[in-house]
Amino acid sequence: MSRLSIPKTYKLYIGGKFPRSESGRSYEITGADGAFLANASLASRKDARDAVVAARAAVSGWAGATAYNRGQVLYRVAEVLEGRRAQFVEELRASEGLTAAEAARQVDETIDTWVWYAGWADKFVQVAGAGNPVAGPFFNLSVPEPTGVVAIVAPQGEGSLLGLVRVVAPALVAGNAVVVVADERHPLSAISLAEVLATSDVPGGVVNVLTGSPAEIVPWLASHADVNALDLTGAGELEWVDLEIAAAETLKRVLRPEPGVPAATLDRILAFTETKTVWHTKSLI
Amino acid sequence: MKDITPTSGRGFLDYAPAPESTSILHLRDSYGLFIDGEFREGTGGSFATISPATEKHIAEIANASEADVDLAVAAARRAYEKTWSRMSGVDRGKYLFRIARLVQERARELAVAESLDNGKPIKESRDTDIPLVAAWFFYYAGWADKLDYAGLGANPRPHGVAAQIIPWNFPLLMLAWKIAPALATGNTVVLKPAETTPLTALLFAEILQQADLPPGVVNIVTGAGETGQALVRHPDVDKVAFTGSTAVGREIAKTIAGTRKKATLELGGKAANIVFDDAPIDQAVEGIVNGIFFNQGHVCCAGSRLLVQESIHDEVVDRLKQRLTTLRLGDPLDKNTDIGAINSAEQLERIRRLSEIGEQEGAERWSAPCDIPENGFWFAPTVFTNVQTSSTIAREEIFGPVLSVLTFRTPAEAVAKANNTPYGLSAGIWSDKGSKILAVADKLRAGVIWANTFNRFDPASPFGGYKESGYGREGGRHGLGAYLQPATTAVAPKGASK
Amino acid sequence: MTMQTTSLAPAERAVRVLGGDLTERSLRQYLEGLSGVDAVGLEQRAAGLATRSIKTSSKAWALDRIIELIDLTTLEGADTPGKVRSLVAKALTPDASDPSTPRVAAVCVYGDMVPYAVEALGSAHGDPDDGLVSVAAVATAFPSGRASLAVKLADTRDAVAAGADEIDMVIDRGAFLSGRHGKVFEEIVAVKEACRRDDGSYASLKVILETGELNTYDNVRRASWLSILAGGDFIKTSTGKVSPAATLPVTLLMLEVVRDWHRLTGEYVGVKPAGGIRASKDAVRYLVTVAETVGEQWLQPHLFRFGASSLLNDVLLQRQKLRTGRYSGPDYVTID
Repeated sequence: MSRLSIPKTYKLYIGGKFPRSESGRSYEITGADGAFLANASLASRKDARDAVVAARAAVSGWAGATAYNRGQVLYRVAEVLEGRRAQFVEELRASEGLTAAEAARQVDETIDTWVWYAGWADKFVQVAGAGNPVAGPFFNLSVPEPTGVVAIVAPQGEGSLLGLVRVVAPALVAGNAVVVVADERHPLSAISLAEVLATSDVPGGVVNVLTGSPAEIVPWLASHADVNALDLTGAGELEWVDLEIAAAETLKRVLRPEPGVPAATLDRILAFTETKTVWHTKSLI
Repeated sequence: MKDITPTSGRGFLDYAPAPESTSILHLRDSYGLFIDGEFREGTGGSFATISPATEKHIAEIANASEADVDLAVAAARRAYEKTWSRMSGVDRGKYLFRIARLVQERARELAVAESLDNGKPIKESRDTDIPLVAAWFFYYAGWADKLDYAGLGANPRPHGVAAQIIPWNFPLLMLAWKIAPALATGNTVVLKPAETTPLTALLFAEILQQADLPPGVVNIVTGAGETGQALVRHPDVDKVAFTGSTAVGREIAKTIAGTRKKATLELGGKAANIVFDDAPIDQAVEGIVNGIFFNQGHVCCAGSRLLVQESIHDEVVDRLKQRLTTLRLGDPLDKNTDIGAINSAEQLERIRRLSEIGEQEGAERWSAPCDIPENGFWFAPTVFTNVQTSSTIAREEIFGPVLSVLTFRTPAEAVAKANNTPYGLSAGIWSDKGSKILAVADKLRAGVIWANTFNRFDPASPFGGYKESGYGREGGRHGLGAYLQPATTAVAPKGASK
Repeated sequence: MTMQTTSLAPAERAVRVLGGDLTERSLRQYLEGLSGVDAVGLEQRAAGLATRSIKTSSKAWALDRIIELIDLTTLEGADTPGKVRSLVAKALTPDASDPSTPRVAAVCVYGDMVPYAVEALGSAHGDPDDGLVSVAAVATAFPSGRASLAVKLADTRDAVAAGADEIDMVIDRGAFLSGRHGKVFEEIVAVKEACRRDDGSYASLKVILETGELNTYDNVRRASWLSILAGGDFIKTSTGKVSPAATLPVTLLMLEVVRDWHRLTGEYVGVKPAGGIRASKDAVRYLVTVAETVGEQWLQPHLFRFGASSLLNDVLLQRQKLRTGRYSGPDYVTID
């Protein structure tokens, strides 16, 4: 007689914890074949608000960690992910209807993405910063610093794991904290990824994952005064022009929608940095 | 021993007038719009530009209508397609070098025009604004044929037509900040100067003619807010660069939402100038003065919030007031003037209103004793003490010669108070302890930080804000990024055709 | 540590400001507690003051006042009684073509030349406030200061006895740079006492810091305070024998010290930039710096001097230009 399996409960990931939506709502997630997979939490605006509070609280510690440390922590994510490779392959097969090979390829690319971005943590400042030869007795240095709290709409509809990581990982490299709204129809691997983050060394609150309706949640993030930047990569199907307008109210940095899964680029790291230039007087006497 | 207590009063210190001659200026009675390489009549009527120091009429300026803006953008598009985007970087650079030299040759004329139209002291326009204008063109001229090193990969591309809107506080310098990198990177330009200070931009148009810059590469349309709106909204504009208030910047960001247009916004500020008890005190006092009274405080990065360690508050304020009594307010064209005229009646009204609110909220007001001229717009250098973080004058950008003094007890408190604002443009730190300066600089959320100095600008140094002070950087290698995109084109998102 | 706790001579000002137990340590602590100087900011401020444009009536006033503040100086190994007499004649009548030209404040000579200066001045010898000309003598093994205290004091007493009204002493820069502030202090106190005349009055004491050798602005600020605390009536930049001599930033810094001393005690101390000031235009910048830093009340011979020689003739050329409207030339002013 075969063993009765124990289905996983998929909840939100906020401040390093896994709460259910404060609204008590959930929605049904089905596989590519239409079969029931799980009930995911249907996040509310208050969950979004809580996630922003958690992210804000996490910024100073994460941004203040050494670049070497951030790089190691991000690499650790890849390590833990590698150990759970089979689980993610299964999850993607079920939810996205991929073949084993396709799912494996997505998981491998995801892991490689983490490794690639982890390596940037202690290098992007050197590449994007500058020592500026000003005309005067000054030491003048420009360095990119994290923008702060970044709200992200993950790519929707395909590549639910890789797409998520391609938008979250670059924002983390510089020391931002993230509130990400997962792929609405395929949110399960996002929550499984949250479990990876929770068991690697990423401090609670640095990544917050919301599942549910982007159309419902994102407007609250776009207009939230304590969000510094808005990544609309996966918002192409939403009323994203209104979101950009809402974001303009507090001059948020905005990345406009992009179809599909974005490439891994240095630009994505720099999109959520602020260049700080410091002048110091210098003199021998 | 002989009693050497001095008795003589003030005589020498009232330096005899030393006016800069205006004979170098050959202004026209009226100026048209500079479109496609020549001045032409506008179709939106005209307005007068006056001297804020005397309220005297300087010249009649064309007011660009929407149709005029359309012509200017069309000229810029033509120049972009047919000339400028096809020209080698080497040649674009040569044009910019020419412009830099012409600015140097006509530097005094430009300085006099700037002080006349803007009201800023001639010593500032002569020693700061105009030399920096030339430096900006020199700096970016050299970049034009080296864009592969700009940080965007090989063969980066310009955006196309750049709409540029500049403020009245540093009219020609802001023009240089905008035009120099735009042209170096291969964009063409339609620039709108502020309506109260169009003069030097129009003289600059003459310089472009002397430089034989191809027609349409730079177009200058004068006018007020409506002209600016028409320019920002124009569907054939690819890039918007704006320096000005946060309120207008916000509207621009909303206007271009959902379009392909890229924006750099350099907006308001409420900078903290932090003075620690181990500061080099005399230089700190100079830095406070330079921070808030340079250019009558009409500086987005002005050090308008003095955060002084409580233990030295009284001494710093005392020394500051003493120093302020030596400032000379008056004729902007006098070489000894330290404080010129407020740029407009409207701005003077804002400064007055906010200062009154400061008093009503319980802050203590002190103004330097100086004779205020009868005509023109003037405001004496003013210091508010007993200001709290909750005070309106510690929150709102006044954009005038008004300093708010607050105190702190520890470096952590200084950082917390400095960052407690929606703005994040600049900050100052005064201390003799290097490790503290570096740590405080790390924690301040501001784009430009001056340690033991203030209000320094250089074309090699990026400038721009955090938070509601805007986004994008001007100056340095970073300033190129605002006008370039990588060689590979991103696929336009759905709905991006608005 | 014995040096640290060694008691110092109870100079009146130092006791008042530092308290009764005056020691090397307490002096040093006080000097090290002074706020630092940022060189870039100081030089930027000086450069700003140098842009003042002094025209017409202000310029006329400034040129005359510069003359009235000059210590007309000859400090050469080749100095002779004849050279000193020539210098004195120039001091008394700078421009024979214009009797309205004021006299300089003092002539400044080596100690052994004092008798010749006094003799040459005759009845014109006296307080510049009274339209007379003082005699200043460099002393204390000028310019290096490398001699025993006994020799320095004898040097000083000699000059005072010969009729010097003012003594320009040098500090022991070696002692200062090696941290022996007490030694520098004690020497100034002792030289001050050597300035005492038989009738109980004192020759005015200018303390030369030789800022070019102290090198840093922090050192200049500390040495300025030290000199004032020890009883100096003037602080003076340089001997003129070391480059750089007087600069506008260093003079600005010293003016800030005397301003702060006045804030603290209500007392007035003078400042004398010396060496390298040759053009009227430069001298006017110093006047501006004085007026805007300590106030123009400092522009009087008991509180500000120029140590200079060739400056006088340049000022005279400028005066002639103002008077006649034409540019003059070096053949129209006299060499001394």
